[in-house]
Amino acid sequence: MAFIRVSSPHLHRPLSTSKVMQTVILATLPGLAALTWLFGWGSIINVLIASVSGLLFEALILKMRGRNPLPALKDNSALLTCVLLGIALPPLAPWWLVVTGTFVAIVIAKQLYGGLGNNPFNPAMVAYALLLISFPVEMTQWVTPAALLDSSVSLTQSLSAVFGGAVNAPDAFTMATPLDGFKHKGALMADEYWVQNGFQPEKVWEAWATASIAFMLGGLYLLWKRIFTWHTPVAMLGTLFVLSLLFYGTDASNYASPMVHLLSGATMFGAFFIATDPVTAATSNKGKIWFGIGIGVLVYVIRTWGNYPDAVAFSVLLMNFAAPFIDYYTQPRSFGHNKARKGIKNEK
Amino acid sequence: MSATKSYQEITADGLWNNNPALVQLLGLCPLLAVTGSVVNALGLGIATILVLVGSNLSVSMIRNFVPEQVRLPAFVMIIASFVTCAELLMQAFTYELYLILGIFIPLIVTNCVILGRADAFASKNPILPAVTDGFMMGIGFTVVLVLLGGMRELIGQGTLFENMQLLFGPMAANWKIVVFEDYSFLFAILPPGAFVGMGLLIALKNIVDGHLKARAERNKVDEPKPTVDRRVRVTG
Repeated sequence: MAFIRVSSPHLHRPLSTSKVMQTVILATLPGLAALTWLFGWGSIINVLIASVSGLLFEALILKMRGRNPLPALKDNSALLTCVLLGIALPPLAPWWLVVTGTFVAIVIAKQLYGGLGNNPFNPAMVAYALLLISFPVEMTQWVTPAALLDSSVSLTQSLSAVFGGAVNAPDAFTMATPLDGFKHKGALMADEYWVQNGFQPEKVWEAWATASIAFMLGGLYLLWKRIFTWHTPVAMLGTLFVLSLLFYGTDASNYASPMVHLLSGATMFGAFFIATDPVTAATSNKGKIWFGIGIGVLVYVIRTWGNYPDAVAFSVLLMNFAAPFIDYYTQPRSFGHNKARKGIKNEK
Repeated sequence: MSATKSYQEITADGLWNNNPALVQLLGLCPLLAVTGSVVNALGLGIATILVLVGSNLSVSMIRNFVPEQVRLPAFVMIIASFVTCAELLMQAFTYELYLILGIFIPLIVTNCVILGRADAFASKNPILPAVTDGFMMGIGFTVVLVLLGGMRELIGQGTLFENMQLLFGPMAANWKIVVFEDYSFLFAILPPGAFVGMGLLIALKNIVDGHLKARAERNKVDEPKPTVDRRVRVTG
């Protein structure tokens, strides 16, 4: 089985689904390594728990659906979903949080809709959004960058935090993310917030920027391998950049700078690994651009005026809703026709 | 809907075959909005049964006197009066529950199940079948409400039958069963959980229906078998 990822002409490419998924998993490694280096073992533990439980759920639900689990397990799609979810969850999240997430992603968001290729929503993001609204406390405790701790969180400490339950998670290890902190800066002006802050925002800021750049490198590798086209990430990042520049330019004391928007939170990870999901995104190149622009606008709007500090999951899910609609209006011109079909008017 | 429906058919329709919540998918607004716990679901269910029986009874009584053109306003007037009665009754006897259910009690007026049954069944049938239909549809609706409420209460906060005293008086205060201590899964209490729970219930009904159909077909195949399987051997 292979995806049709581009509009016609369909040229044969010897790239199976399994291979594509494998490449994407490979490309997450720089980001994962950066997260581990900066925030301790949490992310790797997350990814491991997610992968094991996710593959078990996938096998189980396929058995229940009366399908042979082996081909589906071998196509690596479940593994990729779990890896993405594991990266998206905060390090040192309790194990049950991760397992609940993979259950929702694999069983509800993917298999109940008919399995790979039939899911209208990005499974990893469905799980993330569900966990975020269900367990706001656990989901917003991000680990303090190792550079700020006297001694970085050891493997045993991480394991005891993950399996010992939230009660044992040492408060000293967790703190607000830059976006979270900025959201709750209260009456402080932006520059004041950056200056007078208890936990040295510069170090935090550097850590997040490093992780973002690592994810961007992974994404560029995928772009180079032609796993996806440039349209979605460029449109999303460009929109976010322009919008944040506009507001930052008019009132720098109340709005976060474009760099904060681009290099912290899930922006890079979302732009290259989430928004480019071939199943749930728009199909044509023009459609992908609109899809990316939509995500960029939503991310900025929710981050700035919404209740949540970060918004990639919600924005991607909302645009997944809109993807069929976008596809409908952005059909490319087919060979031999003067004009592209557009919407209902030319339907006859 | 023909007038020749037997009471058994009416019952089966209301409870299973044409269940207002699982098959007709009517009245989803209250169904999804108030089923955060068993007591809310049961409270709204009982109110709906009262209104449904009352409206079906009255609509059936006046069915020969109302001109076709103005039947819907007339039905809505009747339904609205019964809903007002239900609301006042709840204010009198279960005031706390009335406060919790809030807008969804008056909104029973717009519950499509009630107008649907009035128009589709009660306006074409004599009084007794109409009342039976109203009662059975109401029970079918309530059962789904309570199931969904139970599911969401259990998954969402790990309890069952919390606050039953709101409906059954002080003696029901200790009916609460704590299944999981110190547990909360907000998703199930929030509206998205209602949609997912509803989808799972509908899926469950489809599975059961599928099994019933398969069994019926197997029995059908089994029965004529003894007569068919006497084959005449023509070779060797």
